[in-house]
Amino acid sequence: MDALKSFIDLFADPRLFFALTVSALALAVWKREAFASNSWGWGLMVFLTIFFGFGLTDENFVLIIAKPDNVPIVALIFLLLFFTWYSMREGVLNDRRIAAGKPPVEKDEEDRVWTWPDLVYTELIAMVVCMVVLIVWSIVLEAPIEQPANNANTPNPSKAPWYFLGLQEMLVYFDPWLAGVVLPGLIVVGLMAIPYIDKNPKGNGYYTFNERKAEITIFLFGFVVLWSSLIVLGTFLRGPNWNFFGPFEYWDIHKLEALTNVQLSEYIWVRGLGMALPDHWFIREIFGIGLTLLYVAVLPVALAKKGLAKYYEKLGPARYYVTVLLFLMMLSLPVKMLMRWVFNLKYIVSIPEFFLNI
Amino acid sequence: MATKTIEPKAPALVRAWEWITETQVWTSIFRHTAPINDRNRVLVMLSNVFLHMHPVRLRKSGVRLRYTWCMGGISFFLFLVLTFTGLLLMFYYRPTLEYAYSDIVGLREHVPLGIMREMHRWGAHAMVITVWLHMFRVFMTGSYKPPREFNWNVGVIMLVLTLLLSFTGYLLPWDQLAVWAITVGSNMARATPLAGYEGPGAAFMTLGGVPLVHQADDARFALLGGTLVGEGALLRFYVLHCVALPLVIGFLMAVHFWRVRKDGGISGPL
Ligand code: HEM
Repeated sequence: MDALKSFIDLFADPRLFFALTVSALALAVWKREAFASNSWGWGLMVFLTIFFGFGLTDENFVLIIAKPDNVPIVALIFLLLFFTWYSMREGVLNDRRIAAGKPPVEKDEEDRVWTWPDLVYTELIAMVVCMVVLIVWSIVLEAPIEQPANNANTPNPSKAPWYFLGLQEMLVYFDPWLAGVVLPGLIVVGLMAIPYIDKNPKGNGYYTFNERKAEITIFLFGFVVLWSSLIVLGTFLRGPNWNFFGPFEYWDIHKLEALTNVQLSEYIWVRGLGMALPDHWFIREIFGIGLTLLYVAVLPVALAKKGLAKYYEKLGPARYYVTVLLFLMMLSLPVKMLMRWVFNLKYIVSIPEFFLNI
Repeated sequence: MATKTIEPKAPALVRAWEWITETQVWTSIFRHTAPINDRNRVLVMLSNVFLHMHPVRLRKSGVRLRYTWCMGGISFFLFLVLTFTGLLLMFYYRPTLEYAYSDIVGLREHVPLGIMREMHRWGAHAMVITVWLHMFRVFMTGSYKPPREFNWNVGVIMLVLTLLLSFTGYLLPWDQLAVWAITVGSNMARATPLAGYEGPGAAFMTLGGVPLVHQADDARFALLGGTLVGEGALLRFYVLHCVALPLVIGFLMAVHFWRVRKDGGISGPL
């Protein structure tokens, strides 16, 4: 038992956790024909149930899972995985029909039905079920109320509300101006841009995967991996001082994590060239600034010529650049994560003079 | 001699129902009889203000749980539940440093059947999840594609508003959980580029040598009405939570539903 628990704790480490979610998604998309089977769907749910059931026997696990405000996230894990599986399944089923020369199922359900009774009864039942679930949930689980507010007594860890914990997790890798302002802003802008940059006319009004491979893969990566799995990580696996704790690990305030992160400028000037850091910020950071410009300005142009030329043709310059920039911004998080994990890199550009760290 | 046949009397309940539905009061409310034939199925949709958001008939795939997961509808229903329970909470809750916390405690201690706070809190968490899942399904069915681009955008704004509603409400119990969650969240604002006092470029925001952006005059201050999460923040969040944001999101929901209809109803293959 204990060996199993420490094994799971090991795998919950942010690096492995992230690598695992990414590979799970890649596998689900790649092997979707198999993933779409009912046995996979059921298997996933049963596995989760067993995992949480097993976890409930552990006091540290219970402490964090059963925290009233964390209960919805347990529900989220089940619902999200279920619906990811389900929509993939419906997509695969339709793809099979399309491959066989038939239209998607939705086409066969084009006939009109009466709103009364077909829709209103469904709605009524949905409302009753919701109400029952909500009332039972409210009777069983009390809303939390802690000690009265005290500005002098900072809890450790201090966590934002759960739906923002993905953003708080980003703070490990980015400064607040990026993690808390610019990137969330870009998430909203990016979501709003989707209908205008996606020119693919197929897959409108029915489930499919094959007709929208890139769109769906990118969306799943953003929504399931970057947004949702980081929320799970931030809620369940981050303890005092935002240190990492496995699900079965005791939240020890004194747990120390070596902070050996290094700036890019130090890597290059001091360790690489064996010189002192230049005094002027611009010269000191010239490599980082160059690298950043390379990423946001040169890379999109280069990709338009080679690599993504097909998309440049299809989308035209305006749509292409908006798409690629948004995509690169989304990838900046995993890129920075990798740099941190592999090189212990803290900032690519660090100009504390203007509060500008990247 | 002719025998007189006596019709069996309808059961009492049926007769009572018939009598009720023939009264002037009833017929003044419901202009037609039950929707058991096609004519009345049309009439009920056209004459009832709550049902008239629906079309009279719609594509079969559109009523299937398989297709919509009913997530938009559930989000809307949760919003209504939250409005109602929130209203009840407002009877008991005063947004001041003196009373906020004790009013919340009092809800549990003194109010009979006191699960309104629970329903409001869990309902809010649930709504965040259902709105995400609704967006997820809209994406997976490609329903944001023309002609529904605009409605997708209305949805994105409502998603942001849903999160903001939840965020502003989180502060109101005024306990440690609330205050520190909002502190962590709102601290981000001080790093806003140009507009937050610890944000990149804020140092350039000066007018004749006087800094325009400083601790008591930046994005975070505007959000909190103070330099820390205090009285000003409580009042601001209360007003946003109970009045401003619900009004805006309610208005957008009307737009959203209208557009679902005007864009041709629930999406389907062309
Ligand atoms: C505040 C919460 C929201 C409510 C109450 C709501 C409600 C609804 C309802 C009742 C429908 C009818 C179909 C269905 O139930 O799926 C619908 C459709 C739609 N919603 Fe929402 N919605 C919300 C948020 C969003 C968000 C966040 C998005 C996208 C980002 C969105 C985009 C759409 C689109 C594009 C449709 C048309 C779908 C189709 O025709 O298949 N909505 N919404």
